[in-house]
Amino acid sequence: MKKVFTRPNSLKRTPFHYCAGCGHSIIHRLMCEVIDEMGLQDKTVGIPPAGCSVFAYYYFDVDMAEAAHGRGAAVATGLKRASPETIVFTYQGDGDLAAIGTAETIHAANRGERITVIYVNNAVYAMTGGQMAPTTLLEQQTTTTPYGRDMRLEGFPLKMSEMLALLDGAVYIERTAVNSPAGIRRTKKAIRKAFQTQIDDLGFSMVEILSPCPVNWKMTPLESWQWIDKEMTRVFPLGVVKDTAGKSNAD
Amino acid sequence: MYGNHAIGEAAIRAGCQCYFGYPITPQNELTEYMATHLGRRKGCCFIQAESETAAISMVYGASLAGARVMTSSSSPGMSLKQEGISYLAGNELPAVIVDVCRGGPALGSIVAGQSDYFQATRGGGHGDYRTIVLAPSSVQELADLTHLAFDLADKYLSPVVVLADGMLGQMMEPLEFKHEAPEVLPVRDNALRGARGRPSRIVRTCNSNTNEIEELNWSLYRRYQLIKKEETSYETFLTDDAELVVVAFGIAARIAKGAIKTARTEGLKVGMLRPVTLWPFPSAKLAELSNKVKNFLVVELNMGQMLEDVQLALGDKAEVSFYGRPGGVIPTPSEVARVIARLYYQKGLK
Ligand SMILES: Cc1ncc(C[n+]2csc(CCOP(=O)(O)OP(=O)(O)O)c2C)c(N)n1
Ligand code: SF4
Repeated sequence: MKKVFTRPNSLKRTPFHYCAGCGHSIIHRLMCEVIDEMGLQDKTVGIPPAGCSVFAYYYFDVDMAEAAHGRGAAVATGLKRASPETIVFTYQGDGDLAAIGTAETIHAANRGERITVIYVNNAVYAMTGGQMAPTTLLEQQTTTTPYGRDMRLEGFPLKMSEMLALLDGAVYIERTAVNSPAGIRRTKKAIRKAFQTQIDDLGFSMVEILSPCPVNWKMTPLESWQWIDKEMTRVFPLGVVKDTAGKSNAD
Repeated sequence: MYGNHAIGEAAIRAGCQCYFGYPITPQNELTEYMATHLGRRKGCCFIQAESETAAISMVYGASLAGARVMTSSSSPGMSLKQEGISYLAGNELPAVIVDVCRGGPALGSIVAGQSDYFQATRGGGHGDYRTIVLAPSSVQELADLTHLAFDLADKYLSPVVVLADGMLGQMMEPLEFKHEAPEVLPVRDNALRGARGRPSRIVRTCNSNTNEIEELNWSLYRRYQLIKKEETSYETFLTDDAELVVVAFGIAARIAKGAIKTARTEGLKVGMLRPVTLWPFPSAKLAELSNKVKNFLVVELNMGQMLEDVQLALGDKAEVSFYGRPGGVIPTPSEVARVIARLYYQKGLK
């Protein structure tokens, strides 16, 4: 019988600890499929964040090392500069990348570091219990915006992809979502393209992935998928934000 | 050679592959030296980072990859580096961190100071860890101890701090380099560069199993005990017949030495113990000296930080006095000589 679906080699057998309906496990799997298909398993080092995915190293069967909250891009920079043949990725949440790690991310992108950033935007600080993230939508209730995010007090959702796209060192940036089979397939293509950008030594690459957190959004998994379409994508539109790779796009 | 340049040249000769820094006085010449002399070397890398926090995180990344790596800064920048130093210590990664210390607190002065003895010797960041701290007191020693720092970092898989100060960094002295730069850059055995030919590895402290974290702390503790036993180092100066022993490190020891020479010409039996490693601290040597000597004078460019280690080492076996000048003020040898003479007579030693 022909096997049509199986666990990627780069994905360990450890059962995921993520909540039902969480986007992290889908994204991990997609990344492992890409790592397998591109033959990168023994050349790759991953840097997971402080966040719900802090234990990503229990799932990826590649070399992994923890980083301080938000410092992923700087750690990846040091690693990649010391060992340019290694494929280096960071995996970061929106608190990690867009709040405490904003400076590290912007400057790594601006230097055109040959690293791949997988940026998981779930509009909250999930690990610490659902506080406001820089990406929290206006009016969205979180434990630290109990009355809804007020633009006059908490400012506006931060659009990192668009900000980074302004930088000459950023080569490929795409925003996708893992709330539909089509979105999941698209995300995989984007991840592949982001790794290819690094392999081709072109510069900084990032995929921003809108990812459901049903637990902290206080929704069912199905509602959380719908909320991404109805609310999140209005503020964070999907698509290629920047591509100066000069080669075939992710399609 | 200029002190800050000597550190850079010594690092290159020790096989330093990567340097990550952020400008701050009085160590800028070191960052600039690395930009000029390391940045374009084959296989090497220099980055002027966006902050000290980023720089030390880059150090962490390069150390993961098995490279010999260095960063440098001065007091306010060292505060920002503490996060990364804790991660280096916790994940058992070697790195050399040079602190060309100035006077604090806050922005403080931009000249020499020793106000960060506590920060350097007490770990500085969060968590139960130590860093080896080396305290040079001449340009020659800036070079020698920088080289040693790389070796110790690799030997004990630990960050090592070279605690210099603005005066040493800005000083010009002749020196001799004892090593040539290696032809092939050293790469540590357990480098994280992809799992070719071996199972994948994880470098992490974060764990939901507290037993594992307790075991990590125990293993660090055992290593620190070994470091105390093996690596404690100091210099003694005219202590054989001394009635009064000055304890000072770094540039303060340099000044005190001048003062002691003056005191000796006046017939005062004064000697000096200069810790070269501030952690581990030469407590045993001090205790041994106190069998004969009953009076000690601690001289520091702060308001009494190493003083506490001296007091701990001596307990009630001897009297400990203190002379400190904080905030970037540097006393002259004759000022210190007057302090020594006054104390000598006050204590009835003559
Ligand atoms: C210096 C520091 N500050 C705060 C924390 C606590 N902390 C851990 S994860 C996190 C935010 C996680 O949110 P996000 O990055 O959005 O990831 P998610 O959990 O949503 O996947 C915070 C604040 C920390 N680990 N380190
Ligand atoms: S809290 Fe949210 S982000 Fe974290 S595992 Fe659960 S669903 Fe995923």
